[in-house]
Amino acid sequence: MTYKIVSSQCTACSACEPECPNVAIYEKDGTFVINPKKCTECIGYFDDPQCVAVCPVDNTCVIDTSYPRYQAA
Amino acid sequence: MLEEIQTEQLEEVMQQIAEHKGCGTSSEGGKASCGSSSAPEDMAPEVWEKVKNHPCYSEEAHHHYARMHVAVAPACNIQCNYCNRKYDCANESRPGVVSEKLTPEQASKKVLAVASTIPQMTVLGIAGPGDPLANPEKTFKTFELISKTAPDIKLCLSTNGLALPDHVDTIASFNVDHVTITVNMVDPEIGQHIYPWIFWNHKRVTGIEAARILTERQMQGLEMLTERGILCKVNSVMIPGINDKHLVEVNRAVKSRGAFLHNIMPLISAPEHGTVFGLNGQRGPTAQELKALQDECEGEMNMMRHCRQCRADAVGLLGEDRSAEFTTEKIMEMEVEYNAEGRKAYQEQVEKERQATVAAKQAEIADLEAEYSDVKILIAVATKGHGRVNEHFGHAQEFQVYELSTEGSKFVGHRRVDLYCQGGYGEEDALPTVIRAINDCVAVFVAKIGGCPKDELKAAGIDPVDKYAHEFIEQSAVKYFKEYLAKIKSGEIVHVNRGDADIRQGAYIAA
Repeated sequence: MTYKIVSSQCTACSACEPECPNVAIYEKDGTFVINPKKCTECIGYFDDPQCVAVCPVDNTCVIDTSYPRYQAA
Repeated sequence: MLEEIQTEQLEEVMQQIAEHKGCGTSSEGGKASCGSSSAPEDMAPEVWEKVKNHPCYSEEAHHHYARMHVAVAPACNIQCNYCNRKYDCANESRPGVVSEKLTPEQASKKVLAVASTIPQMTVLGIAGPGDPLANPEKTFKTFELISKTAPDIKLCLSTNGLALPDHVDTIASFNVDHVTITVNMVDPEIGQHIYPWIFWNHKRVTGIEAARILTERQMQGLEMLTERGILCKVNSVMIPGINDKHLVEVNRAVKSRGAFLHNIMPLISAPEHGTVFGLNGQRGPTAQELKALQDECEGEMNMMRHCRQCRADAVGLLGEDRSAEFTTEKIMEMEVEYNAEGRKAYQEQVEKERQATVAAKQAEIADLEAEYSDVKILIAVATKGHGRVNEHFGHAQEFQVYELSTEGSKFVGHRRVDLYCQGGYGEEDALPTVIRAINDCVAVFVAKIGGCPKDELKAAGIDPVDKYAHEFIEQSAVKYFKEYLAKIKSGEIVHVNRGDADIRQGAYIAA
């Protein structure tokens, strides 16, 4: 799986963008989005997913269940 | 303040201010005194030189000089219970709120456009809407662009302090000579009730641990700024029942580390803001609670009392937001020609005006020294600026409040009010709001006032005074106070304590 950003909740504050170790986050149409192909749920980098930890609005960066769970190589 | 200096020193200091050469010598152990209307009697000349044209540091300067904030820093690294980043409304005025964020390039163009249109614009601040130092690249890129094209504009920033120690050297390299740190506590036990979490070393840290890290970083950052000679102001939000008594300790802690000015602001908290404090019913302080705390801290250090708690994208003189004239769309179409000469000429004119204001006040105070009385009164003033009583009662969006005693006059704050008069017709239900906001004042000075509100003010025990229309505020206030004392002596009036007043909490349009 990967994380996704609930766009209706996103304040476009950009705090998550520089924290992402995979450079998976970018701005699109006024909010931020996560590229599911790049997101590793921060596995291999940090104990906590960085976008979740830094986001000022709770339940905005959430697991996208439409993708399989990320497997570290 | 005035009471602490001898008469002969006072004269000397006033002379120095008039000449704008500086203001006294010793700063050790004394308190800096910009941010109040009194003479900066113990401020080092180099400090005065830095702050005299800064509307956010000098109460006197804010009548004449304008500032702007550019919203280039949306990200934040901490969460505060008085802030909700989801809420953003153009009719809302409080820190952390903006209508649009800018890129550093747009911000730079905006600054030049505004500075060319408003010659009073002397200061550019980056205050968010998040934390400037949680967006270091955007913040410093903006400073770089502006310092190249408009080197006469002073740069400042306002931070929560968490990332400050990492950036002090960069701040110094951009010649940023003013930094504001928001310090709401120096005790993590108290801090845990204000800050639910911080983002620190790639983790979300909560509770006492979060507050402990934050206060350590704030104090370290403050010490580092002081070592480098960068002026530092401390902002504190007064939250009754949480940190109101503790702020005296905060005041001592920041003073001992070299902060030169302390700005204690009332909590803005209403359910519609969607903040934790707004939703859990945490109240803000009353006007007298705020003043009492400011007075208590003033013995330790100078207090700033004219803060308008403006938006992170405000433009113009404090209390007169012109940001709507400078939207990104409008700026990009503007032909900007930076007129350094014109700006200089304007600013020289302002200096003359300021000197006249100070001189008028001094002349009036001179024979007050012979009087002695422990009577203190507050008066509210409707003003558009220039240090004069020049606003109609019904048009005033705020009233400035001065305290009068035999020590002289002192600016002690301002009260925001609803726009009472809309298009020439007083709205009847708005008047009680105005009265509640200035209820602790004996009189209200106005340029003009209608018969109806005049009678209602009198009924509420507030003297409506229009005889000082277009006169200097402080000179008139001292005159009024002399008459007031004379009336007490003759038995014409009896002096009574006026009680308390409200601090407005809701949305505030156009400022």
